[in-house]
Amino acid sequence: MSATAKIKRPPRVGDNPLFRTILIAVVLVVTALFIVAPLAVIGFHAFSQGWQLYAATIAHPDTVHAIMLTVVTALIAVPINTAFGVAAAWAITKFDFPGRRLLLVVIEIPFSISPIVAGVAYLFVYGLQGLFGEMLADADIKILFALPGIVLASMFVTAPFVARELIPLMQAQGRDLEEAATSLGASGWRTFFSVTLPNIRWAMLYGVVLCNARVMGEFGAVSVVSGNIRGQTNTLPLHIELLYHDYQTAGSFAAASILALLAVVTLAAKVALERRGAGRRPALAAPVAVLTENAK
Amino acid sequence: MKIRLDSVEKSFDSFRAVRGVSLEVESGELVALLGPSGSGKTTILRMVAGLEYADGGSIHFGSVDATDIPVRDRGVGFVFQHYALFPHMTVDENIAFGMKVSKQKRSKAQIDARVADLLRLVKLDGLGSRFPAQISGGQRQRVALARALAVDPKVLLLDEPFGALDTNVRRDLRRWLREIHQELGITTLFVTHDQEEALDLADRVVILNDGQIVQEGTPEEVCRQPSSAFVMKFLGDTNKLKAMVTSGVAAIGNARIEAPGFPDGAVDVFLRPADLDWANEGEGISATVARVIDKPSGRRILAVTESGEAVELDVAPETVVTAQQRGVVTIERARLFASA
Repeated sequence: MSATAKIKRPPRVGDNPLFRTILIAVVLVVTALFIVAPLAVIGFHAFSQGWQLYAATIAHPDTVHAIMLTVVTALIAVPINTAFGVAAAWAITKFDFPGRRLLLVVIEIPFSISPIVAGVAYLFVYGLQGLFGEMLADADIKILFALPGIVLASMFVTAPFVARELIPLMQAQGRDLEEAATSLGASGWRTFFSVTLPNIRWAMLYGVVLCNARVMGEFGAVSVVSGNIRGQTNTLPLHIELLYHDYQTAGSFAAASILALLAVVTLAAKVALERRGAGRRPALAAPVAVLTENAK
Repeated sequence: MKIRLDSVEKSFDSFRAVRGVSLEVESGELVALLGPSGSGKTTILRMVAGLEYADGGSIHFGSVDATDIPVRDRGVGFVFQHYALFPHMTVDENIAFGMKVSKQKRSKAQIDARVADLLRLVKLDGLGSRFPAQISGGQRQRVALARALAVDPKVLLLDEPFGALDTNVRRDLRRWLREIHQELGITTLFVTHDQEEALDLADRVVILNDGQIVQEGTPEEVCRQPSSAFVMKFLGDTNKLKAMVTSGVAAIGNARIEAPGFPDGAVDVFLRPADLDWANEGEGISATVARVIDKPSGRRILAVTESGEAVELDVAPETVVTAQQRGVVTIERARLFASA
């Protein structure tokens, strides 16, 4: 053994110091250039004209309103899309029904369509000259250029996130667990809450995080349906653009920093939840050495 | 609880998985559904459980028509091939699940006591706080059984229960399941594609092919009186040779086999390797040895007959025989079926 250990074996692919260093360096440089640097610039510019101006921009009623509108939109759109995603994933993976494959494709449409197309489509459906335009106007229901339009457009764009995270996982898990629970006498709801949900919660949470980030950051679709009314239908991304076009660079960066902060908070929440979940259920986080009784 | 299936039918799209199966399992009996893949055995088991609904026919538990009772209320214990343990629950929680969700309310102390009893029954005392990922495959399957038994099922259904385990664990678990069955006396139906498992474990074996029952009986009956060439082949290694019948006697080479009731003409003779022996000369089928395979229990000769048919036979370990040797295959036992 000791003799063979001394023989210098040719390195495996990628297993030599030079290659490793280059690979790591490339990743670090790219990350720094494309992800860290722009974020740092946002922070830098936001405070470039002093803390006072930053605070003033944030405290400006239009900005506050934009933040609130964005948060409210997320609070409505994300839970609905989560419920939709879970239901869609459940239906597609646990049941056979005609049109199952078609549904799978349809769910993905928002991924492949430009958000602006979605916005325009909503104009055609709910706008004054649109399909339901007159009906809605008669009933005095305002969808476009108001919160419902913004929520609808955001939901359209983010509809696939949760479902896409869940479908592969639930497909891999199969139906055995649900069948076992039902054969033991559990009701449908009980099965869902005590068996299905605990086994998909991390994937679901990840979908929620992505969905939330996208809802808060959505620009294209919302810009079409919201009408960009300052202090009324301006979401945070729209507000940033507006400030930028008004040559209020520091202001737009300040608002952008808020949006970035919201994203960071979302990510932090995800990590924290994961940690907590992992601590409570050690088996799910770290596989422990398995006893083998075949050894005898 | 007695289980009775009456001309049960099931199709998936255009595929007829189960075609008019009628079957009775007596109370307390341990019955194996044995068949190759695609024979409909798992589908039958799932219909008994209520995991699939029958397209036609009826399923009775005792005197109750259970055909349309949903799985939740059917009161069966189902053990899955891949255990289907809840990965986020400990062994204890897995076993307690059925009692916790039951309409019949039990106190926490009652549930804990029952879980402890079941852990003892499946010989897993002390592992209750482990998660499924922390125990071995054989232990998982025992947990799955304990979980199924926890709700006092009327019948126990097992789908290829040992299919995912290796040979040694499998043999131990088989004997152990037999003991548990003897202790509890619960009507048990299990599915397997492994004839050894079925013969080893079951009181009665039901052999299926293409969604139909081809034979049912005790292990002795199906082994000694296979009703068809399919059963003969499915239950173990067998040689198939062509023979000609003339006035009630079949002839292969120089060997003669009584063939009462067979019309004159071609017939298939099925011979297990152990039904044959090797001799240097005598009445039998002339053959040339192609290869000899040595095994702990004896020698297996692979030979080719004069007419070019391959034959395998098991002979005593003392037999002196080498490749290329010419000799005679003698027949001790044979089974004849009309040529297909």
